[in-house]
Amino acid sequence: MAVFRLKDSKTQKLADSLESQVRREFTEEELFQFAPYDPDAGERGGYSGYSYWRSTLRAFRKNKVSMFFLWVIVIMLLFTFVEPLLPYDKEPNTIYHSEQVVLDLFTRQPKVDAEGNVVVKTDLAKDIKPCKEFWFGTNVIGQDLWSQIWQGTRNSLFIGFAVACVDALLGILVGVLWGYVRKLDFFFTELYNVFDNVPQTLVAIIISYILRPGISTMIFAMCLTSWLSTARFVRNQVVIIRDRDYNLASRCLGTSTWRIIRKNLLPYLVSIITMRMALAIPAAINNEVFLTYISLGVPLETPTLGTLVEAGRKVMSEAALRYQLFIPVIILATITISFYIIGNSFADAADPKNHVN
Amino acid sequence: MAKYIGKRLLRSLLTLLIIITIVFSLLRLMPIEGYFQNYEKMTTTQIQVGLQQLGLKDPLPVQMLHFWQGVARGNWGESHKYRVGVDVMTIIAGKMPLSLALGMAALGIALLLGLPLGILMARSASSKWKILDRFGTVFVVIIQAIPSAIYHLLIQFYGSQLPGFEMFFSAGKPITWLLPIFSLSLGNIAYYAMWLRRYMVDESNKDYVKLARAKGVPSAQISRRHVFRNAFVPLAQFIPTSVILTLMGSLYVESLYSIPGMGGLLVQAIQLQDNTLVQALVLIYAAISILGLLVGDILMALLDPRITLGKKEGGR
Repeated sequence: MAVFRLKDSKTQKLADSLESQVRREFTEEELFQFAPYDPDAGERGGYSGYSYWRSTLRAFRKNKVSMFFLWVIVIMLLFTFVEPLLPYDKEPNTIYHSEQVVLDLFTRQPKVDAEGNVVVKTDLAKDIKPCKEFWFGTNVIGQDLWSQIWQGTRNSLFIGFAVACVDALLGILVGVLWGYVRKLDFFFTELYNVFDNVPQTLVAIIISYILRPGISTMIFAMCLTSWLSTARFVRNQVVIIRDRDYNLASRCLGTSTWRIIRKNLLPYLVSIITMRMALAIPAAINNEVFLTYISLGVPLETPTLGTLVEAGRKVMSEAALRYQLFIPVIILATITISFYIIGNSFADAADPKNHVN
Repeated sequence: MAKYIGKRLLRSLLTLLIIITIVFSLLRLMPIEGYFQNYEKMTTTQIQVGLQQLGLKDPLPVQMLHFWQGVARGNWGESHKYRVGVDVMTIIAGKMPLSLALGMAALGIALLLGLPLGILMARSASSKWKILDRFGTVFVVIIQAIPSAIYHLLIQFYGSQLPGFEMFFSAGKPITWLLPIFSLSLGNIAYYAMWLRRYMVDESNKDYVKLARAKGVPSAQISRRHVFRNAFVPLAQFIPTSVILTLMGSLYVESLYSIPGMGGLLVQAIQLQDNTLVQALVLIYAAISILGLLVGDILMALLDPRITLGKKEGGR
């Protein structure tokens, strides 16, 4: 509907401006003037200068909300790489200790030893609330949450991107073959029918259970079946456009299959695939949180948002320690909501129907 | 129709067989700690003898044969860690009814809340109450975008602070059922509302609706008698997806509220590395989801007389 309304208002505007041009009063001078001759103007043909990607980008940039979220993601991603280089940065896995002045039991004064120095007791700097020293506080064993969270964000985003990339690569490769090469259709369709019936989470559980925990295991477990649905999707698109006239013409002219795929089929699919990738990232992060909860996640020395949320969940019954849950949750939610909104509005922007303006 | 259903049933059975075979062979790679109670204290020879006794030294096809013979006799193996020496089916059978009740209640509530929400959004999309549509869309976006693990956690956390509600589940108190059921149904509510709104908006732009409006049929009647009925048919194909969603959600929610159900059991079995229990539960879950897809396909065929699934291109 919105598209039609946009078109209506656009044509109305055009009609108005034409009318005002016609009705305009011209002065004597303007009426009797030589028109300038421009040789370039004579050469100009009917080429519209329409570029798909420029129009897509323009339509996307018009959407203020998704531009905002895109900046949020870009800045967050950059910051996760910049953060370890900042001065006074703390190591994510170092356990910090704090020194406390020991009070005398009776006088409530700082205890003093024989040489007149104040007695100091060293203790784990655990469960310290966000303060100047530890910006996001420390966790239950005294690790700095600020550096843990940014490294965790980096790791989680890495998992998400890796899964999305493998997903897209395998999905496109298999999907195009599946759709274009008729002999493979039966085999892949049967394969899909069998494996599509198994919930992805279940596969991820089995794989993570069998293999050694780690980031690569997790990526492998999530990729193992997710590319099937992408491939299916690509296949359906390819089947639709496979026998269009322009492809037939290419084939008749003796274009190689590889070139047809690259030049005729893929450009048509790019926008849809980009959207699917954007939506695959939050899904991967979601899966990671879930797998960590059922103790199939990555080992503790590699923080991810999943392990941080899980660590925060364990202490959430204590009101004073809830910051350990809420900070990672807020960051996690920001990432997933951003990707969701970016993915959806990119799909709108990539639709040529929305380029009329 | 009967022919189609029979064919579909046979196909599901075949799928199940293939999947069980693959899962079974994959699970042979499981860490062998999961077969013994006190693995750390055992010597290598003890472990080898133990494996021999369990039949795990046999070649894979022989193991598979034994497994199928066992399943045919109703013997799925014994638990090694969770409750030592007890048949896994006895353990699971005791937990299944509770999970089933919770899942069904969650699905019912999802339909009860999600469908009216979708109708409300679709109807307000083209009226002066546009704000309702906006709110509904924001709700849908939030539920879809935030990882379910997070909102389950937050619901438990804030819900249990309300008067009368409790953090953990106890079967005797009806009020403790509310939070987990609500958590489980939330994803499906958003799902149904989103798609019903989409289909209803699509449907209400069609000519027959315009005709009805021109005839002077009240708009409430149009949306109830015409738009909703036509928009509901494609929704039937979401029922299997929502069954799977509920199943997977129950893994998390059940262990979060310590509900003694099947989902919580799988999580516990994984944490204890109880191999036979994990194996049986994974197979049951796979079977349920295959069944869900089958039921969804059949339901769609029954609801919409226009769909004939017997054709070659039909189905999923």
